[in-house]
Amino acid sequence: MPETPAPELRRCTFVVHVEDRPGVLNRVASLFRRRGYNIDSLNVGTTHEEGVSRMTIVCRADRGTAKRIEANLYKLVNVLRVDEITDAPSVHRVLALFKVAAGPDTRPEVLQILAAVGARAVDLGPASLVAEMTGSREDIERLAAVLEPFGVLEMVQTGTVAMTRHASRPELHAPLPDAAE
Amino acid sequence: MSAVIASADGDVRPEEACATKTGAQILWEVLVEEGVRTVFGYPGGAIMPAYDAMAAYPIHHVLVRHEQGASHMADGYARASGEVGVAIATSGPGATNLVTGLATAMLDSIPMVCITGQVPSHLIGSDAFQETDITGVTLPITKHNFLATDVNELARCLREAFYIARSGRPGPVVVDITKDVQLASAPHAPSRGPLRLPGYRPPPPPLDRDLEAALALIDGAQRPVVLAGHGIVKASATGALLEFVRRADVPVASTLLGLGGFPASHPQALGMMGMHGEAWVNQAIQEADLLIALGMRFDDRVTGNPATFAPHAKKIHVELDPAEIDKNVKVDVALVGDVREVLTALVPRVRETRRAAWTRRVALLRDDAQRRDVVFGGEGQGEGDAGALHPAQVIHDLYRLTDDDAIIVTDVGQHQMWEAQYYPHERPRTLLTSGGLGTMGFALPAAIGARFAHPEREIWVIAGDGGFQMTAPELSTCAQEGIKLHIAIINNGFLGMVRQWQEMFYDKRYVATPMLAPDFVKLAEAHGVRGARVQQRGELEATVQAARAFEGTTVIDFRVTEEACVYPMVASGRDLDDMIRRPLRALPATEPGEESNDA
Repeated sequence: MPETPAPELRRCTFVVHVEDRPGVLNRVASLFRRRGYNIDSLNVGTTHEEGVSRMTIVCRADRGTAKRIEANLYKLVNVLRVDEITDAPSVHRVLALFKVAAGPDTRPEVLQILAAVGARAVDLGPASLVAEMTGSREDIERLAAVLEPFGVLEMVQTGTVAMTRHASRPELHAPLPDAAE
Repeated sequence: MSAVIASADGDVRPEEACATKTGAQILWEVLVEEGVRTVFGYPGGAIMPAYDAMAAYPIHHVLVRHEQGASHMADGYARASGEVGVAIATSGPGATNLVTGLATAMLDSIPMVCITGQVPSHLIGSDAFQETDITGVTLPITKHNFLATDVNELARCLREAFYIARSGRPGPVVVDITKDVQLASAPHAPSRGPLRLPGYRPPPPPLDRDLEAALALIDGAQRPVVLAGHGIVKASATGALLEFVRRADVPVASTLLGLGGFPASHPQALGMMGMHGEAWVNQAIQEADLLIALGMRFDDRVTGNPATFAPHAKKIHVELDPAEIDKNVKVDVALVGDVREVLTALVPRVRETRRAAWTRRVALLRDDAQRRDVVFGGEGQGEGDAGALHPAQVIHDLYRLTDDDAIIVTDVGQHQMWEAQYYPHERPRTLLTSGGLGTMGFALPAAIGARFAHPEREIWVIAGDGGFQMTAPELSTCAQEGIKLHIAIINNGFLGMVRQWQEMFYDKRYVATPMLAPDFVKLAEAHGVRGARVQQRGELEATVQAARAFEGTTVIDFRVTEEACVYPMVASGRDLDDMIRRPLRALPATEPGEESNDA
């Protein structure tokens, strides 16, 4: 039989609503680890709803694997809802901080660059400044490349957070199971 | 929780007395509510308050000799009964000793709840004496787990644990209870109220569109084969499957764990498929134009090389767990749901038909392979009553001599495969075996568990000399409980399956497989049970009948030929029809056109 070509890996984004309980992050991370799914980034935080946390998970997977990631996430008892939004119209944002070695000589040029790309300086020191940039992963990569020649002392970025554009609220609460069954 | 509950006649009455109970009492209250009558366990420091409270409840505790035994007993109880099995252990080493049993239950989807003691809440994280993060350790090998650090939450945790263990695709659940929670008090009322599991829900039933697609494939198929898995047994779908087969006229191949789900004597029963499946079963699958997979997960031991598995067949996958769809084998139609419900929906709509040509073809495949059979004329035959014992013959003799509804609990290795081939099972839950994990040492404790599910049924352990030694101290548990089991040790002085692989794939370098065993007769007697030995076939029947007549447990040491191999065999990763076949030793000559079978 002919070898079937390896399915195409793409960067997939999952929005996962989970119960805000101890150990839930560990359960999700453990699932990805033991099934051999590669996480690019995982961001977790609270939502507008009490007791519910929201994760944005970005990983590289083919379409079939992405479907099974979703199904396996649903098997976790504390997972309320999973949406793969890779192909949905959606907004994806990363926040990055750069500590740039910018003294009096180069500071104006660096500030000019930041202004041009919609970033800003959030801390100024005699020999360095801290720049903050929010944007897509590509925006951050481009800024990193431009700042590099000035000397980047430190860099940190959050994982991607993402949200779809359509005007609806995700339904989080399925009917409760009845123990008397 | 509401303060009043409505009784059946509509009256509103105050909720039953909310008595104050300790966490230890709440544990047993909930277990009794959940229908638990037997628990398997071993006490220790962090679980002592729970043990102290147990005596006041109608619960029988079976004291095991190692916590691994407790987990396999709970598992065997669950496999035999379909109910949730319960094991209990202390913190630290008590809890970690449950791990092999949890992983075994996880891979075979067995409903089980394991209760563990934990060091007091204020010591958690301090590396206290006998502290282990058991919820962390068991996270990947349980369906879910809980750490109870608040006595007010304990009852709900336990109820949720039972609900999760038995519902959907079943599995093991650990509830780790700190010692202070066992000692603390809280109001407790018997309640079966709603659980707080907002993220736990059954998948929606299959769409009618998908049922139609499946029906079209079934009605249009010329050479369909059903692949019946463990799901048939667990969903009690045997009746629905029989009706489906009667209407659609489809032969049925079984996975190891599916054996018993479809009666072996049925004319459409093919037997076990896969690595040690009979040649005709694998051949039929490779020739099929449609596979109807029912409650099975296309394990690598079943498919061989997935790239060449059933190359001409469309595939329908009926499966409770959506995460299994397209995992190992891509399918054309997936019907996610309870296999009995799906079959019940399909049966009235499937076209009633006869597939005479396919039936003839399958019969031809079967005739060819049966000539190689150990029992029906192949290897080992003619060695006579005075001859050495062939392990497969021993197992077939056990089949002839035991009750129809006897429960056979096998260990892991060659004897397990011979059992699957030579002990036909007519009914569900008459074969209990560790399929997914392949856990040696499983059989004896699992059989003890099965005994508590079925006090009257005939129960046989069939184990190898290697696996039996892993959990042999549980013989003392048999003696202490005064229970009757029949234990057949298929003793060839080797770790037989590994030796077989060494013979076939490692140039007969028998590294670390010759094994010295104790005198099993004396070992049995030392544990306070009966021992017997069979060295020739002529001694077999009388010894087996004596064991059956004896009121207690008998261990029979069957001294079988050393270097027998399990045939047929599909080597790991090879194509399913690329089989190493049984040698034709007892037949006069190879017929012309007979293929060479040394793959």
